[in-house]
Amino acid sequence: MTSTAPPTPATLPLGDDALILSHRLGEWAGHAPVLEEEVALANIALDLLGQARALYTGLADVLGSEDEIAFLREERAFRNCQLVEQPNGDFAHTIVRQLFFSTYQQPLYARLSPVLPLAAKAVRETAYHRDHAEQWTLRLGDGTEESHGRTQRAVDTLWRYTGELFQPIEGLEVDWQELAEEWSAGVRDVFDRAGLTVPEGPREGAWSAGAGRQGLHTEPFGRLLAEMQHLHRSHPGATW
Amino acid sequence: MTPVTSPPHGHAAAAGANGAPGADGLDPEAVSAFQAAFDTAVAADERIEPRDWMPDAYRSTLVRQIAQHAHSEIIGMQPEANWIARAPSLRRKAILMAKVQDEAGHGLYLYGAAETLGTSREELLDKLHAGRQKYSSIFNYPTLTWADVGAIGWLVDGAAITNQVPLCRCSYGPYARAMVRICKEESFHQRQGYELLLALTRGTEAQRAMAQDAVDRWWWPSLMMFGPPDDESAHSAQSMAWKIKRHSNDELRQRFVDICVPQAEALGLTLPDPDLRWNEERGHWDFGAIDWREFREVLKGNGPCNEQRLEQRRRAHENGAWVREAAAAHAAKQSARASQDGASRTARSEP
Ligand SMILES: [Fe+2]
Ligand SMILES: [Fe+2]
Repeated sequence: MTSTAPPTPATLPLGDDALILSHRLGEWAGHAPVLEEEVALANIALDLLGQARALYTGLADVLGSEDEIAFLREERAFRNCQLVEQPNGDFAHTIVRQLFFSTYQQPLYARLSPVLPLAAKAVRETAYHRDHAEQWTLRLGDGTEESHGRTQRAVDTLWRYTGELFQPIEGLEVDWQELAEEWSAGVRDVFDRAGLTVPEGPREGAWSAGAGRQGLHTEPFGRLLAEMQHLHRSHPGATW
Repeated sequence: MTPVTSPPHGHAAAAGANGAPGADGLDPEAVSAFQAAFDTAVAADERIEPRDWMPDAYRSTLVRQIAQHAHSEIIGMQPEANWIARAPSLRRKAILMAKVQDEAGHGLYLYGAAETLGTSREELLDKLHAGRQKYSSIFNYPTLTWADVGAIGWLVDGAAITNQVPLCRCSYGPYARAMVRICKEESFHQRQGYELLLALTRGTEAQRAMAQDAVDRWWWPSLMMFGPPDDESAHSAQSMAWKIKRHSNDELRQRFVDICVPQAEALGLTLPDPDLRWNEERGHWDFGAIDWREFREVLKGNGPCNEQRLEQRRRAHENGAWVREAAAAHAAKQSARASQDGASRTARSEP
């Protein structure tokens, strides 16, 4: 490596995960299948946004204000995993994305909470997100033939984005191997109860350049950022 | 229709009947006794509760009004949700998301209140989707810039509060109680909208222009939110007598104008009405003529977004059908499994 760029602060990937997933969940507003889920998905989105803001604020000395971090970085500077940037798809797709991510984020936060600039309630929030995703995975996997089919398809599609979650993030003292095993056990348990099958495909892309944690994203991510950043960038220096 | 169960509380003696039969089966004497008890309760500002006897027309008026209100909450999520993805700061993004979420919550409270009158959410949603029940016409206008989010909070939530605060004293208990919770949150929304506009008017020239443009577009539709003038309002007189409504459309509209004029001044924004002037004699602000032709056209379905709003609602509902079916199927399987378990446990434990 010849790059002289300063190292990525360890908590930046976590903040980016939270912001981008929050943004995606915000896209459900006005489109949810039942009114109760309008409330629940917004709740999760708000929790994640709060976490992102806390993590960004902790980086103010290095990277600037929370809004500079969110709105003024280019795509390649974002360190979120590719899983969270994946489009919402149908409700099953969103729920499986939630299951995969919350089963990762909850134990990660639980391990890191003493050293992260996050309120203690962040761990409780992620436990609630995980419960919400598990309950819905059970309903959808077990419910009807259609819901089962949609959920299994979502599992198969999103599976390839789950390996990246356990790439070590430099600067975070975590036993990534142990975290990965815990994740697999948790997901398998839910799959068993929901009648879902663990896919056989690979859990990461074959591209040696890497993935989200290296600033390499999928095509939909550029459009997400274009929408998210457009207004802020149209008025340089303005206060909102 | 839910069956009649008892006369308004505290008036059982007057009616002299407990566990009365359904409304249709009541003899005329009993009906008039129930009616008298109902009238007394309303006159005494007592609350009518779900199990109390009430006239059919009172019930249907309430269902119509609560349904329209509930529909307005959930359709009203759309114009603002339109800006969640583009909110220009993380703080504003959080405020906006929370606001849209509140509106969903308001929808839940209100559909719940309608359920106490024997009308299910499903039934009301079907009517909304079929175009057989209305929602507030204000949501048939588009949100074209970020400042529209502020204008909606300040003016639309502001007008809603002016309309709704008196409903906290509405004669029907569940509706009145829902309104207490809702009004508390609406007043947050109103302040947040005002504060959003204030940030714009104190900002750059472009931000100030954005704020003025939004207020220019939202002012008149906000005044129309109070409904047609009193002499043309079809349901007003009876609703006032029943204490479902407490003030006339024109009274509330005037109250709203009087509140907004000084606030606009504080914001440094101009309300788009050249006839706006203080009337010393009346002690109120005079304002110009409202374009009721536009009001009627939007009500008829010809507003800029009528089709779009209803279409998105229908699509969300249709796309969600398989999810609701799955949840119901899972719940049914669960309870079947539970009773099977119970049965086999009982069988095993038998000697
Ligand atoms: Fe509301
Ligand atoms: Fe509101």
